[in-house]
Amino acid sequence: MSKPNPNYKGSFWEHLAKWLRGEYDPVKGRLETKAVAKKTAGKEEMQSFDQSIQKIGKYDMRMFEEGIDRQVGRYRVVYRILSVVTVVFLISLLLWTVSYMPNFGDPNAPTNNEVSQRYIEKGMEEMGTVNIVTGMILGYRAFDTFGETCVLFVASCCVLFLLRVDREDDPQSAAVEEMNDRHFEPRNDTILQKVANFLVPLILIFGIYVVLNGHLSPGGGFSGGAIMASGAILYLTAYGFKKTHRFLNEKVVDAMKAGALILYSFAITYFLYTGANQLHSIFGPGTPGNILSAGLIVFLNIFVGVEVACTMYTFYTLFRRGGI
Amino acid sequence: MITFSMVLIVFLIICALGVSFSRDLLISIAIYMAFSLIMSINWLILESPDLAITEAAVGAGVTSILFFITLKKIHSIRTTAEEEKKDE
Repeated sequence: MSKPNPNYKGSFWEHLAKWLRGEYDPVKGRLETKAVAKKTAGKEEMQSFDQSIQKIGKYDMRMFEEGIDRQVGRYRVVYRILSVVTVVFLISLLLWTVSYMPNFGDPNAPTNNEVSQRYIEKGMEEMGTVNIVTGMILGYRAFDTFGETCVLFVASCCVLFLLRVDREDDPQSAAVEEMNDRHFEPRNDTILQKVANFLVPLILIFGIYVVLNGHLSPGGGFSGGAIMASGAILYLTAYGFKKTHRFLNEKVVDAMKAGALILYSFAITYFLYTGANQLHSIFGPGTPGNILSAGLIVFLNIFVGVEVACTMYTFYTLFRRGGI
Repeated sequence: MITFSMVLIVFLIICALGVSFSRDLLISIAIYMAFSLIMSINWLILESPDLAITEAAVGAGVTSILFFITLKKIHSIRTTAEEEKKDE
């Protein structure tokens, strides 16, 4: 047996061994956010809530003014000169670069190569889409679009990590939260509700139209999804969370978000497998011009649209009150 | 058509300068929305209606709404409740 190292205690290796055994956590107490002490919101607190918001506003303004007076004042001239120099340099650099680019519509531009020629000439025949752009995005380059959809999903997950606030069952803190929400958004505004009654169905139907006609007319999954999300956001702004939760609660949005991505991945797998192996796909190109044509592209459009709409809606709710 | 697109580009430049030079952040966002709308008309002239729809929906719609909420959260917009307090 070798002699035990006298410097072993407190050394890196001891920590490593402990960490491997699960006794030591190097980030404990540093990364985690500490639980906020539970506040009991009495009536006074509710009253002072309004004032505290005003106070915060004034405090910010005072900090801003004092900061300008003391610290920034000395360097203000330097900042201004530096910013002007930077902006002028960037503008001239960009304009100089642009001057070397080919003219708009120039037939000899390097982008007009055999790739775009193939898209334009064979796009409708091979993909069955009247709208060449959709045929390109969801047909020839569907794998890229799958990556983009994954990026959207990851972005919404990251915003969820950063901005999520856990709901508490305590009725008093729930009341404070209700106050908070009312402070930031209008509630029961008659004009807004009447306008929303008229506009929300139109916006939603237009969004569905843009998604479903993505392979026939301009538009597609992304723009249609954004339109649908703006319709849902308008409804939420007019009627509040209670009414919206009847059809769009957290479970529904999560299921739609994850389900759309999974279905998209299955569809794209089938699409690429049949396409790469020259197999017969049960989703044929069909007659160009029909709604149910262009094979899988219609379904891919729908999945992308649902994904985008859910992500935008989640962003809005998380920004507004930290939860759907 | 070229005159029209030139006018639009001049508007674009005016909007871009207006966003950076306006003092009120709320007005900045409104000008930014106008920028997005003009840009979407520009895309239409450049024969890419797909981009025009996306620009109008995302640039003028969703992004500005997110900006509005952020401004409210950092107390840059005076809410109606605070205004009522001020009047009293």
